Amino acid sequence: MSETVDKRRTGPQPSVPAESAAPRGPSGGRRRRPDLAGIAASYGIIFAWAAVILVFSLLEPSKFFTTANLQTILGSQSVLLILALGLIISLSVGEYDLSVAGAMSVSLVLVGYLNVVAGWAIIPAILAALLSGVLVGVLNAALVVGLGVQSLVATLGTGTLLVGLGVAIRGETTSGISSSLVDVIRYRIIGLPLSFYLALLFTVIVWYCVRFTPLGRYLYFVGANPSVAKLSGLPVNRIRAGALIATSFVGAMAGVVFAGTLAASDPNISASYLLPAFAAAFLGSTAITPGRFNAWGTFVAVYFLVTGITGLQLLGLSGWIEDVFYGGSLVLAVSLSKLAAKYQIYRRSRITRSGGAPG
Amino acid sequence: MTASGGRGDAVRGVAASPAALRAEGLRKTFAGRTVLRDFEIELAPGEVHALLGQNGSGKSTFIKILSGFHAPDDGGSLHIAGEEVQFPLRAGDAVRHGLAFVHQDLGLFESGSVLENVRLTQHETRAGWRIPWQKERRRVQDALDRFGLAISADAPISSLREVDRALVAIVRAFEQLREAERGVLVLDEATAYLPQDGIDLLFESVRRVVADGFSVLFVTHRLEEVWSAADSVSVLRDGVVAGGGATAELTEDDVISLILGFPLTELYPEAHHARAETAARVAGLRGSVVKDFEVEIGRGEILGLTGLLGMGWEEVPYLLFGADRASSGTIEIGGQAHELSSMSPRRALGANLAFLPANRLKDGAVADASVRSNLTLPILGDYFSGGRLRAGREKEEAAEMIERFRVQPPDAEALMATLSGGNQQKVLLAKWFATKPDLFLLHEPTQGVDVGSRKQIFSLIDEAAKEGKAIVLASSEYEDLAHLCDRVLVFRNGRVIAELAKSSLSESRIVEQCFRDTESSAIGG
Repeated sequence: MSETVDKRRTGPQPSVPAESAAPRGPSGGRRRRPDLAGIAASYGIIFAWAAVILVFSLLEPSKFFTTANLQTILGSQSVLLILALGLIISLSVGEYDLSVAGAMSVSLVLVGYLNVVAGWAIIPAILAALLSGVLVGVLNAALVVGLGVQSLVATLGTGTLLVGLGVAIRGETTSGISSSLVDVIRYRIIGLPLSFYLALLFTVIVWYCVRFTPLGRYLYFVGANPSVAKLSGLPVNRIRAGALIATSFVGAMAGVVFAGTLAASDPNISASYLLPAFAAAFLGSTAITPGRFNAWGTFVAVYFLVTGITGLQLLGLSGWIEDVFYGGSLVLAVSLSKLAAKYQIYRRSRITRSGGAPG
Repeated sequence: MTASGGRGDAVRGVAASPAALRAEGLRKTFAGRTVLRDFEIELAPGEVHALLGQNGSGKSTFIKILSGFHAPDDGGSLHIAGEEVQFPLRAGDAVRHGLAFVHQDLGLFESGSVLENVRLTQHETRAGWRIPWQKERRRVQDALDRFGLAISADAPISSLREVDRALVAIVRAFEQLREAERGVLVLDEATAYLPQDGIDLLFESVRRVVADGFSVLFVTHRLEEVWSAADSVSVLRDGVVAGGGATAELTEDDVISLILGFPLTELYPEAHHARAETAARVAGLRGSVVKDFEVEIGRGEILGLTGLLGMGWEEVPYLLFGADRASSGTIEIGGQAHELSSMSPRRALGANLAFLPANRLKDGAVADASVRSNLTLPILGDYFSGGRLRAGREKEEAAEMIERFRVQPPDAEALMATLSGGNQQKVLLAKWFATKPDLFLLHEPTQGVDVGSRKQIFSLIDEAAKEGKAIVLASSEYEDLAHLCDRVLVFRNGRVIAELAKSSLSESRIVEQCFRDTESSAIGG
């Protein structure tokens, strides 16, 4: 990982010739040289990922670099990826949603309870689970946007409350969830379960909405400076509330996918997904479009993290390694994202500083 | 309004003492680019010296050398009160040498009290690291009283007016100097965000500082301050001292020519005439200060709103745009009436209003975002068609706007943070003109903007009026108002007390109306 940092620091600094009297020409100064430092900053995590794969392949050639292991790595993280994608929606508008794992937990437990214990058909059970996500989001939005409570504190409360609520609904593991859900989620295409493609589709949707609709820009501006956003005519509070509701809703969807993956519901499993989701979201914000939370960065980050964990486990480290690795990655990721943001400004100012102010 | 008395008093006390500050042959190079060369300046004890120059002329580099942020290249020397300063400076060294700073952002922490801010790092401690709060409070209160400020040492900074905050920052700097018993107070654009009456109060404090034998170096964009406060001037251009001298021997035109490097023929555009058609009609507007304000604004008219600070004029654009809630009032624009008590920026945009707020960093722009995305924010929806954002068209039109508004550098992908204040303001003007407003509200549009950009901003505003847009200019820059506006309304205690137009419109008339009958109005702290 440290090599990505180094790459940010060095690299050529493209310098534009002293400012010409008046810019002419149709495309008004849009020629840019390929910028190695920028590429290193944006795709450093992919190089780091490749390096991790290489190292573990050399250390454990018979176990790590196998089709079976590749399938495990790619197929096992759909729930985490969907959860992290939901999380970046709130993070983009500057709100922390610590209750996202709680929303997932309630949804997961509801699918199991309604389908198995209460005997509902699977479709109504799924709809009820998704509805619970919306309700959680509305509660969060009412606290954070309506009352103005800090999101970090409000969702710390609602998140813990929801995990407890999940246990209250059904305190034990419930197996026997309808095979129509389980079979669909586990249906394999080219060796990978449908849940992987679902998460991939989700990544594409979030990417498209952020990149190719005004929504992404709106989310960013609301997060960066709500006052500017408001004075530019954006419905700031509606956007914040919408983002919080979307995060909880996506969290609930992750719960449904989880139910299909496990073929059971477990009220105690979801809480451990919160930190990895944050680690992936922040690590993802250092890549692809550094300095902003983004879908493909999150996608790569999730698989980068699980590759590292799987490799370390194959080396015989287990138990404590997940916490250390995910926790360490989150700290590293937030440090990197700070550096990336600073570097972005530094690099741009080097490029644009032709006749401008030195300080 | 002259400060010449200060120097006389001081020289009497410390006759034949060395210069308070003397810099010789200072030079600073960043990555091969020399931003300061052969820099020379000398301040006598008790002298107020103004340092002028456009953004990027090297003046902030010099200030940063003084504060120890940059070390100069080898070769030059800096003496303070006859003692040579060794570089690099470490934190705290500047104060020990007798340098104290008041920067543009003041550097006060909002949640703390005046006492805590003034004594920040210098609390006297007794046994057991205990702070004798009684004594500290008395000391700070004495200092505040000495400056004639009606501010309590226990007042939280957040409760103070902008002016009083600046004055507290000066008191703090002065207290640091008193510890050193000599030295130079550096005002680094400390007046940039102050209204005229606040600046006058601040200069009164400055005169108190020099009366005690200290010197003042002040950096500013406002030329009129030079003649009201400074004994002498140095003008920096492209890293060298382009000229200077005693203020008594220089005219404003001389100084502007030194700053720009060429004579400035016309800062303000030619006068123009408003058309007769009405663009907007405001009635019964009430805010927290404004009472029963009504006005009719014509197409192509530039309407000025002014007065002393806190008299209500500065509220009007915020109320009309829905940035602040009015308690009552209506605006009729484009044949439609809008209730102002339920106005929001979103609705105002829909009614073809645009609003440039005074605080660029807080309300105007996102510094970490590109010029393009700042510029197109209010009209981004227009580029969304067929399920996707038309990025090509957005970039093209942003580039066109940037060229039309003469933004330097002409790069739509540059981050806002990398532009100078003047160029940021041009981007924001472009942003709002892109919404094609019928009524454009501006609040202090040239605050913290250098002379060159000011001229461009004035002509852009003027061009817009000629195109038939109605413009409301809320400003405390009386001279700008006198030159730009067709009509100026002067406010006192929330009501319009004078309407100046045509022959009756001049800077001196505005000043006269603002200050008329001041004994009955509250301007004290």
